[in-house]
This record gives sequence, structure tokens and C-alpha cells, in this order.
Amino acid sequence: MFYNNVMRKINTQEIADCVYRLARKAALELTPSCRAALEKARDTESGAAKFALDCILENEQTAQREQMPICQDTGMAVVLLEIGQEIFLTGAPLADAVNDGVRRAYRDGNLRKSICDPLTRVNTGDNTPAHLHVDFVAGDKIAVHFLPKGFGSENMSRLFMLTPAEGREGIVNAIVETVRLAGSRPCPPVYVGVGIGGAFDGCALLAKKALLREVGSANARIDVASIEQEALEKINALGIGAQGFGGKITALGVACEVAPTHIAGLPVAVNIQCHCVRCQQVIL
Amino acid sequence: MKKLTLPLTVQDLTDLHAGDSVLLSGTIYTARDCAHKRLFALLDEHAPLPFDLNNAVIYYAGPCPAPAGKACGSCGPTTSARMNAFAPRLLDAGLGGMIGKGEMSEETERAIVRNKRVYFAAIGGAGAVYGNAIKHCECVAFEDLLSEAVYCMEVENFPLVVAFDSYGNSIYKR
Repeated sequence: MFYNNVMRKINTQEIADCVYRLARKAALELTPSCRAALEKARDTESGAAKFALDCILENEQTAQREQMPICQDTGMAVVLLEIGQEIFLTGAPLADAVNDGVRRAYRDGNLRKSICDPLTRVNTGDNTPAHLHVDFVAGDKIAVHFLPKGFGSENMSRLFMLTPAEGREGIVNAIVETVRLAGSRPCPPVYVGVGIGGAFDGCALLAKKALLREVGSANARIDVASIEQEALEKINALGIGAQGFGGKITALGVACEVAPTHIAGLPVAVNIQCHCVRCQQVIL
Repeated sequence: MKKLTLPLTVQDLTDLHAGDSVLLSGTIYTARDCAHKRLFALLDEHAPLPFDLNNAVIYYAGPCPAPAGKACGSCGPTTSARMNAFAPRLLDAGLGGMIGKGEMSEETERAIVRNKRVYFAAIGGAGAVYGNAIKHCECVAFEDLLSEAVYCMEVENFPLVVAFDSYGNSIYKR
């Protein structure tokens, strides 16, 4: 076949092995930007909130020393792939390969198997299926993002179908209200991923993708960055603090991503991430 | 920091106040959503429970598998609010207290005051610290639930904060 001769070939086994390594690494370490934000929060707080943040920072060191996951909720395995369209994939079907990497990582890494049937609640036993999303992009590389998503925080996430009239103010209110209602439950200080625009489903995916951004980074669009900034200030004025013990730092950051939407709508998705930001990525 | 050993005495409970940090040692039992449902089914049938509820402390948690040489894997608290549907009845039936994370409902809080018990907050996301403080761990019921089964644990110096005390004071603001 013609394409076989000119395109870069990648066996999906390579993707499976990559998912395996990323999943095991993600369970044991925070992202550097998350760790830095937690250290800054610890130095800002006092009392019970400081006690909690000290414990959280000590915990990462314990995790690495003892090779035990930072958090027992090693999450739903969110795998986001950006596949260059000049690549020819060989080997097992992509989803099977990704699930194979997840299955082996959760077994070998002593990670918790947290995936079950929604009605019978019977556990699948190996943390599959992964939550897999694929984007096709230019080029001949593959970016693999792995995000173990805990559900204490996922449960506190919300989707709003605002009207265009509600505009910027409505967006900020939706973000702040979601964090206020979540209170102490999602393991604050939280990281807030926000999707603005798209449709019902795409908006939620945008919010999840926003969580891959470095904590403390700003959207390149000034109007979007100003929403992030205002929402963060209002969230931190709520006084919920680390673990809900009261304090100045309720969120480590707010990351908004935007996409064009319909003239009749303004979807806003707010995806809450706990203080354990553990995403890992690699380019193949 | 105050050191406490289970079971808690009436004096211990009298001395605990919301906001106190403590190091807790002794025997606790894990139970999450599914295990609570099954405990309720047993209570409804007047069947014996897999452990003596009287004065027992339930830890809202589901551990990771134990690495080689360890009694237990990573094991921090899960969100307590999901157990609001179960906690009041268990407290009235003799439950000695709970460990979890985050605020609980007013109904649960009233049951804590009514029975003069306590609710401790463990630090969510500090699973390795707690897992490392578990010296013995044994599944005592509902093994098919895997991490959601009931585990009896011997713990040493669990770092906790009194979230809701027997006087009705909470560390969480409303």
C-alpha cells in the first residue's frame, strides 16, 4: 500500500507502553506547577489549613519514598491523544492498546481499581475502560496526555447552559458558584478547569482539557485571562480554604478554554480538580 | 498534638473540640457507599453485622492494593457527604465516630450531638501518609467489593482534625 511506504509508522503497542509509564508516574507525583502553588499556599496560611497543606506536601515525599500513590483515588484513567495525521498506526486497535496500558499500570503499580458499572456497581476489576479522547492534528508526532481523575472533585463539577445575555458576568458567577457549592468536599484548594462555548458535550471536554494546563498559567486571550483572574479572586474571597478548614487559598488557579458556540447559547462547564494535579504527558 | 487511642472514652469525647489536631491510634473499620448499603440491608433483616458496631469508628475510605512488605496501600479519606444517607442510623445504633473528609449534613451533625460522638477529618489527598500509618489490614466483609469492602485496620498516629465535636461545633463554616 502506498501510504505504508511514506508515512511514519507507530505500533499501538508503543502507545500502550507509554500510557503504562505515564499512569504509574502520575500516581506518584504532582506536577511541578501544582507543587509550587501548594508550597505558596502553605506559606500563606495558618492554623488548620496550614496543618492540612503541610500534611499534603509531606505526603508527596512519603508517596515517593514508599512507592505508594499520593492519593488512593488513582482515578478514572483519562487519556487524551493528539495524533499527527501523517502517522500510520499499526498493531492492535487504538482503544484496546490504551486499555492494555491502563490495565497493566493499575495492576503493577498497586493503583486502585475504581471503575464500575453505573447501575450494578460491579467493578470492572482493572480500571478499564479508559476515558479516551483523540484529536487529529498536523504533523507526524503523537502527544499522549494522562490525567488520573479523582471523583471526589469530579462529583462537584457542573455544566451551565447560559444565555448570551448573561455574558461575562454569568460565566464568572457560574465558576464561583460551583466552587462555593462544592465547599469542603472536593479536597480544596482546587484547580478549576473551565470550558466556555462549543456545545453541551464539547464544552465539558474543553473544561477537562483546561486541567492539563500548568497551574498559574494564563490564557493567551486577554479577555479570557481576565475571567480567570476575576474568578480566582472571588473564589479565594469565599474563605473555604484547604480541606474546608477556612483560609485565603480555596483555589490554586482557574484555567479557561474557549471555543466558538451557537448564536443562541453560552455553555459553560466547570470541571473541578482536587489539589492533587497529577497529569503527565509525552510526545512520541 | 493530642494523642488518642481507640476506643474513645467519655472523657476523650468531652475533651475533643472542633479544630483540634490529633494523632489517633487503634482499630478502625473502612466502609464506603456500597458497604454501607449492605450494612443497611443486614440491619433491615436484623442480621448480625460483620463487626461490632458499638463504639466502632468507621473510616470512609477505600485503599489501594498493598505494595510488597506493607500492610496496606495508599488510603486517604473519601468524601463523607455521600454517607449522610447512612450515618445517622448507624450513630443511633452505637457507632462511635467517623473519619472522612468534608462537611456532613445537619441531620448527621444532630445525630453526632444526640449520641455524643465525634467526626474527624482526615486530610484528603494524603493517601500515602495514611497508608503508611496502617500497620495491619484485614478484609472482614464483602470481599467482592474489592477496595469498597470492609477492612479492619490497626492504625498508628493517624493525623486528624476534629471536624465536628459532641457539643455541635464544626470546623466548617456555613
